Amino acid sequence: MSHDAAHTADHHDHDDHRPSLWDWKRWVYSTNHKDIGTMYLIFAIIAGLIGGALSGLIRWELAEPGVGVLTSLPWIADVDAAKHYYNSIVTYHGLIMIFFMVMPAMIGGFGNWFVPIMIGAPDMAFPRMNNISFWLLPASFALAVISMIVPGNGDYPGFGGGWTLYAPLSTSATHHSGPSMDLLILSLHIAGASSILGAVNFITTIFNMRAPGMTMHRMPLFAWSVLVTAWLLVLSLPVLAGALTMLLTDRNFGTQFFQAAGGGDPVMYQHLFWFFGHPEVYILILPGFGMISHIVSTFSRKPIFGYLGMAYAMVAIGVIGFVVWAHHMYTVGMGLDLEAYFIAATMVIAVPTGIKIFSWIATMWGGSIDFKVPMLWAIGFIFLFTVGGVTGVVLANSGVDTALHDTYYVVAHFHYVLSLGAVFAIFAGFYYWIPKMSGYRYNGFLGGLHFWVMFVGVNIIFFPQHFLGLQGMPRRYIDYPEAFSYWNHISSIGYAITAVGVLIFLITVVEMFIVRRKAGANPWGEGATTLEWTLSSPPPFHQFNELPVIKPDTHH
Amino acid sequence: MKRGALFAAAASLMFASGTAHAALTGQPTPRGVDFQPAATEIMREIQEFHGLLLPIIVAISVFVLVLLLWVMVRYNRRANPTPKKFTHNMLVEVIWTVVPVLILVAIAWKSFPLIYKQERIPEAELTLKVTGNSWFWNLEYPDQGVAIAANLLPEDEARAAGRPWLLATTEPLLVPVDTNVRVLVTSNDVIHSFAIPAFGIKEDAIQGRVNETWFNVEEEGVYYGQCSELCGLNHAYMPVEIRAVSREEFNQWIAAQGGTIASAETPAAPEAAPAAGETPAAPAAEPATPPATPTR
Repeated sequence: MSHDAAHTADHHDHDDHRPSLWDWKRWVYSTNHKDIGTMYLIFAIIAGLIGGALSGLIRWELAEPGVGVLTSLPWIADVDAAKHYYNSIVTYHGLIMIFFMVMPAMIGGFGNWFVPIMIGAPDMAFPRMNNISFWLLPASFALAVISMIVPGNGDYPGFGGGWTLYAPLSTSATHHSGPSMDLLILSLHIAGASSILGAVNFITTIFNMRAPGMTMHRMPLFAWSVLVTAWLLVLSLPVLAGALTMLLTDRNFGTQFFQAAGGGDPVMYQHLFWFFGHPEVYILILPGFGMISHIVSTFSRKPIFGYLGMAYAMVAIGVIGFVVWAHHMYTVGMGLDLEAYFIAATMVIAVPTGIKIFSWIATMWGGSIDFKVPMLWAIGFIFLFTVGGVTGVVLANSGVDTALHDTYYVVAHFHYVLSLGAVFAIFAGFYYWIPKMSGYRYNGFLGGLHFWVMFVGVNIIFFPQHFLGLQGMPRRYIDYPEAFSYWNHISSIGYAITAVGVLIFLITVVEMFIVRRKAGANPWGEGATTLEWTLSSPPPFHQFNELPVIKPDTHH
Repeated sequence: MKRGALFAAAASLMFASGTAHAALTGQPTPRGVDFQPAATEIMREIQEFHGLLLPIIVAISVFVLVLLLWVMVRYNRRANPTPKKFTHNMLVEVIWTVVPVLILVAIAWKSFPLIYKQERIPEAELTLKVTGNSWFWNLEYPDQGVAIAANLLPEDEARAAGRPWLLATTEPLLVPVDTNVRVLVTSNDVIHSFAIPAFGIKEDAIQGRVNETWFNVEEEGVYYGQCSELCGLNHAYMPVEIRAVSREEFNQWIAAQGGTIASAETPAAPEAAPAAGETPAAPAAEPATPPATPTR
């Protein structure tokens, strides 16, 4: 491809082909990785607002003991309807946040935007497949939303079996007779297909389209993180697809995969689900690891500490992530030796994770740190992810997990690593790259305010949930004994604060597009060394018509 | 410094988790921040183990926090205008790989004996069979021929009787203190989970298989538990209420229920404890006793 070099002179002529923002064909037929990335990000923001609204209903209902808030909704007939609706809100909150917010934002959004640019490629390997990867997602989301509305349990709308869709609750005609669950299965099938296609695209792009001199060991860590994530997707999603298909045939075609009465085994479903589900949680966090590395390095004005260790720590997390799944199932009666194995394997993951945490701090050590908005989010991420990580070590031990399994302690744990980990990483990435993507700088005060309000809010939501879990409050309860009311109330107050934070986020974005301060090619200065900062902001519609040549030690 | 203050506030919140209130027995305590008081040796050991883990995880979190605060103070743009350029330090990299490994080995060292204690059912003197239904529990002493159904005590009755709503049941189950009770757990429909926080037990109730756990209550008292696996509409409304009483009172209750007292006193049937010492492998939690006979 390097023979393109002769055309350096007319390089800029190609930039003029950017179609109008209002041309629908630009978006629907798009094969441009940046446009597709933009659509993923907008999609993720919309889904995130919907998923966040659902969690608002959860916290509102749980603010006081007793069933009250949900029964007052116009479409809720009676208390039983409210009980089912609560379960269904919990379910869709989880699914939407995972499949339609975090994954599209991190992999589809930032991945599409910056993996090709960072490795010096003009676009993704399969641009047309990239288009279908994105457009499957709104279809999938539409099915999920319809599934939330159509009858699930008798006349009660929606599926109320939790995001894990455990059989036999999800297959039982007495609990979920309606079409809701079937639509949800189809929705997840399509979301899975979308992710598999996207993952294939990323793997191919990263393996084949790196610019001359961009060896694997010179590749930026974000590209590494997306590569590992894509492998996890390709290897784990087919297992989910298999499990979902078995649910579908159990429900509709008389198979008995998960029905004990017909010789099947409900626990088999859990093994299949978590064989996907555990890699999935690393899928949600790994791209965040990549982004945090760049942000920490940029604003410390110092190269990443222990680059190879960082890259292979992610590979190790990905590999080990496939052999720890049953730590989600310690209470199914799996037997002593199996438990012992899963305890040991799970705790091993703490080692590469620790390497990452300490390497980020070592990157800052000796640096010249600028507390710009992305850096605030990144530092917040490092601390909160640590807190979520150490409670994970507690839960890894099935002895203690017996007391904490399926309690609010688990809810607190995974929200610390996801809601405060993955989401903080997404916001860090957003504030880091939005000047590049839009060409405009945002108001730093608003961005900082967003961080502080959100930081306080989410901690008030989730920290007290550790206490509730230790006291024994089970998850997915619409109502609770009065003894749990104090910390539940505090937690709900935290939600209100967080909601204000989200509002500030939206204001920040709108203000940015109204005021339109020009960002320039590199708003972050000498610390920002990856290739995207060598391009204009926003980058040309097609970049790298002449491939950049990477020399040793210039990039990481 | 504003930033530091908030981080510090988060950390002090973590320490608050150590402070205890006058804790109620067998049920959650208002504003409680810690485990319910242990009623069995197992739960005491869980708490001891957690008592080992908590200082470790707090120390790790505080260590990371202190490092972050230090770099923020020492290496910000004003304090250190010229960044250093080092990217490797073999010694610290080895340390932060090896030290976590040692900590984890220490944790595992304490963790494994606990699970062996939990999972190896000792010689049982009494067998309790628990069957989950949507949405109540069947509780049965098969050897004594006594069976009850634990339904949620309605709110007005619970409040009138001054018993905790959502925890109290219409018919409490009695168990004798200082007795090894083997619990067999299964389900008639979807998956439920039989959990008594004060006993340190939580065992999934799954159709087609019988899971085993055990407890030995040390103090007389009332102990509550709640279903701990999402099971549909009334998941939050199927509690368990267990009253631990003296052997005599227990025998009287069995007799009053029309059961046979004699077998309550002799160590249970030969098929008790599956060859203590043998590990019940994964699906081998499969019946020593016949599975899932509907008890309703």
